[in-house]
Formats: sequence, C-alpha cells, structure tokens
Amino acid sequence: MLNKIKEIWQTINSPSHYYSLGILIIAGFAAGIIFWGSFNTVLEATNTETFCISCHEMNNNVYQELKSTIHYTNRSGVRATCPDCHVPHNWTDKIARKMQASKEVWGKIFKTIDTREKFLAKRKELAQHEWDRFKANDSLECRNCHDFQYMDFTRQGKRAEQAHSSGLANGEKTCIDCHKGIAHELPDMAGVEGW
Amino acid sequence: MKALILILLLMPFMVLAEEDIATLRSADISIEPDAPRMGNEENKDMKRKRNYPMQPPTIPHKVSGYRIDLNSNKCLSCHSRRQVTDSQAPMISVTHYMDRDGNFLAEVSPRRYFCNQCHVLQKEVKPLVGNYFEDIDTVLKNKK
Repeated sequence: MLNKIKEIWQTINSPSHYYSLGILIIAGFAAGIIFWGSFNTVLEATNTETFCISCHEMNNNVYQELKSTIHYTNRSGVRATCPDCHVPHNWTDKIARKMQASKEVWGKIFKTIDTREKFLAKRKELAQHEWDRFKANDSLECRNCHDFQYMDFTRQGKRAEQAHSSGLANGEKTCIDCHKGIAHELPDMAGVEGW
Repeated sequence: MKALILILLLMPFMVLAEEDIATLRSADISIEPDAPRMGNEENKDMKRKRNYPMQPPTIPHKVSGYRIDLNSNKCLSCHSRRQVTDSQAPMISVTHYMDRDGNFLAEVSPRRYFCNQCHVLQKEVKPLVGNYFEDIDTVLKNKK
C-alpha cells in the first residue's frame, strides 16, 4: 500500500517525458473548464425548485403550504422559488450553505422527517434555524428582491409605512422579525418573541 | 306502504315548494355559474362606528394570509395585551381575558381565540339584500 502511494507520488512529482509544456498547459486549461463547468452545472441543478421537491419531505409539506401564499401566486405572476429565499445568491455564501445542506442529505438517508408527524414534531427546530439565519444575515434573501432603498412608503398601508419607516429604517429590526410564516405554516409560536 | 302513498300524494306540492326556495345559486345544478368578482378589502385603518355598543368592531385593515390556528394567531401578535406597546394597535377588550364565569385569565380565553368568528373585515361591494337597520339614536329621534 505504502509503496503504491510512493510510486504515484513519484509519477506526479517527476517532469513529463512525453508531452510538451504547451500541450500540458492547454490540456490543463481545457480540463479545468470541463471540471469547473460540470461542477457548477451540478451545483446549479441542485439549486432549483424541481430538485428541492423531488424529495417527498419538501414536496408534501413545505411546498404545498407555499402554494397558497403570495410568494407563489399573485396578480403580477412574479414568484419566488425555494432557493430564492433559502440559498444565498452570493457564491461564497452559497457554497457555505450547500456544505451545511449535507446535513439535510443525512436527514434524508436516516429519515428524520419522512412522515408528516415527524416533520411537525421537528418543525419548530427547523423554522428556528431559518429564522436565525435570516436574523444573522439581516434578511438578505428578502432584500435580494425587496430593496429598502426603493420602497415607496406612499404606496404602503398606514401600518406598513409606520413599521417600515421606524424599526426597519433605523436597523433595529429586520424583515423576519415581523414577517414570520409568510411563505409556510408556523410551528407552535408559544414563547417566540412578538407572538 | 302508507308512507310511500303519502309521499306520492305530496309529490306535486314538494316540487312546487322547491321552486319557491330562495337561493344564492341562480343557475341550474348542472351549470357552473361565473363567480361574482371579489371585492377589495377595506384597508383604511379608520375605526367604523358601531351600530350598537356590544357590536364586535369590524376590521379596518387587510387580513389576507393571517393565520389563526392551534400554533399561531396573527391578530394577537398586534392586538394582545403584551404586544400593544410595539404595535400601538387597540388592545382586545378585557372580556376576552375572562372565562364565562367572569374570572380573569392570564391569556386570551380559548372561547375568544378565533377572532374572525365575530370580527369581520369589510369590502367595497354592493349589498346583495337590503338592510333597514336603524341604530338607537335614530330610533329615539324618530319616536319624538
């Protein structure tokens, strides 16, 4: 075993006998494009709603709940898909979230929420993760579309205008503080601040 | 047997009676009529006058998507005693914190939990039927 590793290391470590430097550079460049391209393609494929709801855990619970909300259907037909709100759009943050998501693969394999009952029992914990994430990044995924800079208060209701021009404007509060449960049903809210 | 004869005898009258029944569905059962257009929810945030003192106040704002269930009550997240400092919304009346024997409770009484059983929103629509309700002031004035 150790000899074999040594042998491989020697092959890698010694200069090429047959190929010119130019070929190696061009081939390396081409291989890089193919590897990176396919990596990114697969990454983006996992970043679609079709991928999310290919698991029944997502399809039967949270996706069905989303369907009746304004983020799924509304007068102008602009809609948000799962990754729009649940995966950061920025590349480094996205990779970090994707690595975290390996926990979700674990959950899928070991069937942590494979029935409605198990899902409901775990809902508060799962919701809390998302609330914490939104709170920590100042509701970044909301703000990807709902930019405070361009909000026209005169087009908002009186109460909305009041809340947005005070708490949100001075940075004391962030979207998720008030807008919990806008896209999915809520867990038992006893003990949650503001409920 | 007797019952059957009775039914047969009454049949013509039953058919007649059926025609007299007032219905909101003014189309044959086999036809799917066009649904009336949905009205706009009132969203003025202005209190309406109550028609009589015990009337549950109407809701002067949009409540679409407000969930009231075992897990959460969106209305209470502004109107409960605890939340009114932040929301500056009117606190639900003290009767909502009482059980039916008049004892005060720490939380909203379960029998008062489902807000929209009594409190309804208003829509800008033409009323389907007439209404001749007069409030007490009008009644007293007309009596003189």
